[in-house]
Amino acid sequence: MPAAGIVMIIAVVLIVLALVYFLVATILALRDITSALDDAITAVTEIVEKSAPVNDVVTSINEQLDAGVELLEGLLVKKAGLVDALGLVDGLYVGSASAGFRHLPESTELAAPRIGEVYTKGTLTLARLGREAPIALASPAGPALRNVVYASSSARKLYPGGRPPAAERLPRSPVIGTGAPVQYEQRDDIGAPRKRLPSRT
Amino acid sequence: MILWWIGDIVLLVVVLPLVAALLYGVLAAARSIVPSVRQIAGTAAVASKDLDATALLLTTQDQVAQTVAGVANYGGSLDVILDDA
Repeated sequence: MPAAGIVMIIAVVLIVLALVYFLVATILALRDITSALDDAITAVTEIVEKSAPVNDVVTSINEQLDAGVELLEGLLVKKAGLVDALGLVDGLYVGSASAGFRHLPESTELAAPRIGEVYTKGTLTLARLGREAPIALASPAGPALRNVVYASSSARKLYPGGRPPAAERLPRSPVIGTGAPVQYEQRDDIGAPRKRLPSRT
Repeated sequence: MILWWIGDIVLLVVVLPLVAALLYGVLAAARSIVPSVRQIAGTAAVASKDLDATALLLTTQDQVAQTVAGVANYGGSLDVILDDA
């Protein structure tokens, strides 16, 4: 065989060896990819299964909450009137009056009255008693109980002349029981046989 | 004979390196996919674990229903107690 033939055989063998090496390595890499994809598909299937009922449940929750909001808004409007209800809601959640009520589109066009102009001073005073009451934010003096000094000065206003001292001597409480200074005699007829009335003759 | 030698040279100098380069490119591309797929699988597994709490939505649904029912009862009572505007 000529030398050129031997060189060709060597070249072909080298090409085949290269093909075998790289193709086997590629096959191993593709097997790794297949294994990883199997893991990914399993996890994605779990995601799909777990998230399947989410839409229905969240929709149901939203429907129930919408019903609750509609009920409360309707009750508030029924009891306080549309304008006052809007003012009350705006007092609780500042700026929410612009959004209006959900089922009353005309409420977005109304101007929410200031809560202090709608409700009496007594209502505002009661509202201020609650710590961080949002309704108290409408007060020009600011939230009362959030300021400790302000709250204590309010309490001091109850006694403008200073707190009255306690009495020097108070009457003692009455003593009762077996050691009481005043004992009442027990009636003799209690527990005794009933007296018979004289028979008629 | 000269053509045979030319064929050998072409095989050794052109075909063999070309085949090796192409196959190496395919192998490199296949190996570069593996870590990406592993990352996808890991992320999907973590995301699946994050969704374990979705079962609690059923509890939330029940509690919301009970709360709304309670609010409705309070609303009915208030509707009776308070005068309309």
